Amino acid sequence: MNRVAKKILAAVAAVVSLATLTGCGTSSAETSGPKITIGIKYDQPGVGYKEGDNYSGFDVDVARYVAKQLGYSEKQIVWKEAPSAQREALLQNGDVDFIIASYSITADRKKVVDFAGPYFVAGQDLLVRSDDTSIKSAKDLNGKNLCTVSGSTSAQVIKDNFAKSVQIMELSGYAECVTALISGTVDAVTTDDIILAGLAHAKGNGLLKVLGQPFTKETYGIGVKKGDTQLISKINAALKKMVDDGSWNKALDSATGGTGYTPNKEWNPPKNFDAENSDETVRQ
Amino acid sequence: MQEMMTLLSNYNVPAAFWVNVQLTLWSALFSLILGVILVMMRISPVGSLRGFAVAFVEFFKNMPLTIIMVFMLLGVFVQLRFQFSSTFSTNFYWLAITGLSLYTSAFVCESLRSGINTVPLGQAEAARSLGLSFFQTAGLIILPQAFRGSVAPLGNTLIALLKNSTVAAAASVATETSTLMKTMIEYNASMIIAVFLIFAIGYVILIIPIGLLTTWLSNKLAVRR
Repeated sequence: MNRVAKKILAAVAAVVSLATLTGCGTSSAETSGPKITIGIKYDQPGVGYKEGDNYSGFDVDVARYVAKQLGYSEKQIVWKEAPSAQREALLQNGDVDFIIASYSITADRKKVVDFAGPYFVAGQDLLVRSDDTSIKSAKDLNGKNLCTVSGSTSAQVIKDNFAKSVQIMELSGYAECVTALISGTVDAVTTDDIILAGLAHAKGNGLLKVLGQPFTKETYGIGVKKGDTQLISKINAALKKMVDDGSWNKALDSATGGTGYTPNKEWNPPKNFDAENSDETVRQ
Repeated sequence: MQEMMTLLSNYNVPAAFWVNVQLTLWSALFSLILGVILVMMRISPVGSLRGFAVAFVEFFKNMPLTIIMVFMLLGVFVQLRFQFSSTFSTNFYWLAITGLSLYTSAFVCESLRSGINTVPLGQAEAARSLGLSFFQTAGLIILPQAFRGSVAPLGNTLIALLKNSTVAAAASVATETSTLMKTMIEYNASMIIAVFLIFAIGYVILIIPIGLLTTWLSNKLAVRR
């Protein structure tokens, strides 16, 4: 090895050791011991939500339970935001150990990541104002205003299948949609039923209700790095235990309680943890 | 390559780009008109007009576009109930154009002002001594030369405007490119790189000719002194 190469190597080693030192500095401020990093949503009340230093929602409760079964205490969990567009990258790069972020299992996503679960089976539904009796199904949306988040095709599904003359407003988040719904700018918000129920629970103050007629089938899975079958079977065992010992029902109730919402009985709680694909065919 | 062909056949990407081009053309038109008015206010002999133009330009130049767009939607429409049309999509489209035009007009005004600085002071003095009014001086002597001197900065403003038109998503224009890109990523997670490449290449194809044209025009039109 010549001298220049040695110098470069020394410089690299110095930088790397500095980087590890700073790494030590930040982690020692928290707790010692092994950590598990879990990707969740930060902006879906009732599903995955961050408020100050508190994390709440159904996904978060499932994540805590699974982490506990894997041998990690609450303090050993590092939460990381997993926005929809970044979920696959976070798993592929190993930035997170697994992701619970209203992550629908689809054939396309299975090409790049693997799924445990499903831990919940949701379906696209509508959130409306409780005193609005004019909307009883998606077909009643003709001439009404509908809100969804930009980049989602949920509203287009309704326009194509149920109500040709519905008007669509796209906002950056579901919380903004709820504000628009309460103020009367829009008449309904659409996405998966559990997200809507969580919104009604967290933001509705009893003013909002979920229609309760899901017309698609979204199987929510726990995303893990492709090929990690060992982790998948551990997570599935944890999920089975969660359903069996009643923690699953308790978590769902604390996320959506008081809104009159019940998930589709035929599908929930899930019995087979076989990573079944979502069925986005619309049932009329 | 195979992936890009699949994506292009499943999604109408050209239609989304066309929406951005339309947003750009309308906003370019309105911001040019507004920019000319602003720059005339800035060189006018009336102090209050100059002050207003300075305040307007500084406000919109320093305000992030996303905030203007969100304000157009949540402030102007949802709170103040102002709407261009009772059809949502038309309404959001014009709200977005309004936001883009207000924002871009500040930059048009600054570009034109840089052009005005290339016109020697003697020209304005000569025009005035000939007895031309303010509007005659501005319209016949100053602005024509200023335009010819500010082709390059105006071209850069146009390029920025085309790219900024993707922020229209914040004003709920759902058919434009950044929204389509989000949808494509959501449903084609295995082809994220191809999705990015499609939009990157699309914008490069649109923008390179604008750059070439403005460089050529600015060489051709510049007033040789």
